[in-house]
Amino acid sequence: MLDKLALLGFGPEGWGWALLQGAGITISIALATLPFGLALGLVVALGKRSDKVLLRGLATAYTTIFRGVPELLTLYIIYFGIQIVLQELWQTLGLPGSFSIPPFGAGMVALGVVLAAFSSEVWVGALNSIQKGQREAAAALGLSKGQAFRLVVLPQLVRVALPGLGNNWMVLLKETSLVSVITLPDIMFITTRANVVTKEPFLFFGAAMLIYLFFSLVSARTIDRLERRANRGFATFGGATR
Amino acid sequence: MNWCEYPGWFVGSEVLQNYGCRMASGLWITVQLVFFSVLLGFVLAFGIAVARLYGPRWAAAIVNGYTTFFRGTPLLCQLFLVYYGLGQFRVFWQDIGLWWFFRDPFYCALLTFTVNTAAYQAEILRGAIQSIPRGQFEGALSLGLHRWATLRLVVMPQAMILALRPLGNELIVMIKSSAVASLVTLFDLMGATRLAFARSFDLSIYLYAAMIYLVLVEIIRRVWDRVELRLSRHIALR
Repeated sequence: MLDKLALLGFGPEGWGWALLQGAGITISIALATLPFGLALGLVVALGKRSDKVLLRGLATAYTTIFRGVPELLTLYIIYFGIQIVLQELWQTLGLPGSFSIPPFGAGMVALGVVLAAFSSEVWVGALNSIQKGQREAAAALGLSKGQAFRLVVLPQLVRVALPGLGNNWMVLLKETSLVSVITLPDIMFITTRANVVTKEPFLFFGAAMLIYLFFSLVSARTIDRLERRANRGFATFGGATR
Repeated sequence: MNWCEYPGWFVGSEVLQNYGCRMASGLWITVQLVFFSVLLGFVLAFGIAVARLYGPRWAAAIVNGYTTFFRGTPLLCQLFLVYYGLGQFRVFWQDIGLWWFFRDPFYCALLTFTVNTAAYQAEILRGAIQSIPRGQFEGALSLGLHRWATLRLVVMPQAMILALRPLGNELIVMIKSSAVASLVTLFDLMGATRLAFARSFDLSIYLYAAMIYLVLVEIIRRVWDRVELRLSRHIALR
């Protein structure tokens, strides 16, 4: 059994570097998706709270669809869908050869739209927790609507939304394992290939589990720190806000 | 024409008509997989939550490790570890007569999903039980109820109402997550759809599959809302 561990090492037989690269891809697609997904989620959340019936309907339809369809299916639809659309565009423009979408981009878009659907729920909850008086006071001070949102609402929003968004991040991190099916060389892709070559599935998928577990534990700790930092002005009243 | 070909014929989609029967049987596999894994997972989760809250310290530590492990790693990775990883020890399974289980992708997916959802459901139940006020336990104790009777008659009926909504969410998450079973050669709804796409190169089949999942999830969500409303009808509307 011990000699098999060399397969995980950095020697000539080892898959160590490949695994590290896979881990890098996993963490970079998760980090690249995060700002895009959260920003889109905030936009959807604002749509849900809009006075316009059409905007509200669109935002609700968006979350219903992307929260109800399996992430794997969304990934396939976006990957192949974008491919077909761009392919046709490519040909109508009369460009030579063919166009293929990079899997990283497709994975980012697919994970991002799903993250947006889930994070919009968190944003809505947080937006509801900001009292009306805050906006009214901002208006009384002569701030425009945009300024009020950016300078008054948003800083308070982050503190309330943080636990929910932290949850979204943990889910996202695990969902990145799906991008291996569109040939993005993340941890799952590398370990699957290592399994094909070495016929040691238990060793490699076990190693993949430990890498994911490591990322999850680090994330949990980081989120905890961020929450504590965001709450630092609020703990004085017996810690009731936490 | 078979009944399962009618939807495709009705909407005028050739690919849906051709693969309608495969998708119908795939849907049935998805439903079975999710139903049994969530049910078995609930039983397991109940034991886990009780061990975590009332068990000895070592049991609580083991349970903590279990939930951290299964909630901290992707379901896809767990499934591969069970199906390919445990399948590696074929001789051992054959010796103890369990090879029929680990050879079959359905049973492997069932096992993986069960232990995975049990970890999530255990956390839900733990949270629900912990949010029952202390006075309820003390009241039961003063009435002379045994610990087990307290749990069964006083705590659980209240905790289950609190746990109902997150448990419904977990059921929906499992329906969606079950799509990864198609990656270990199981022809669930997603697997049947992948097959149809690989043979027809018609993207619309993915959209039809998305619609089926969406309808399934919406039905469960609505039914669950009804159930919750009915079960909490003695409580003032929150």
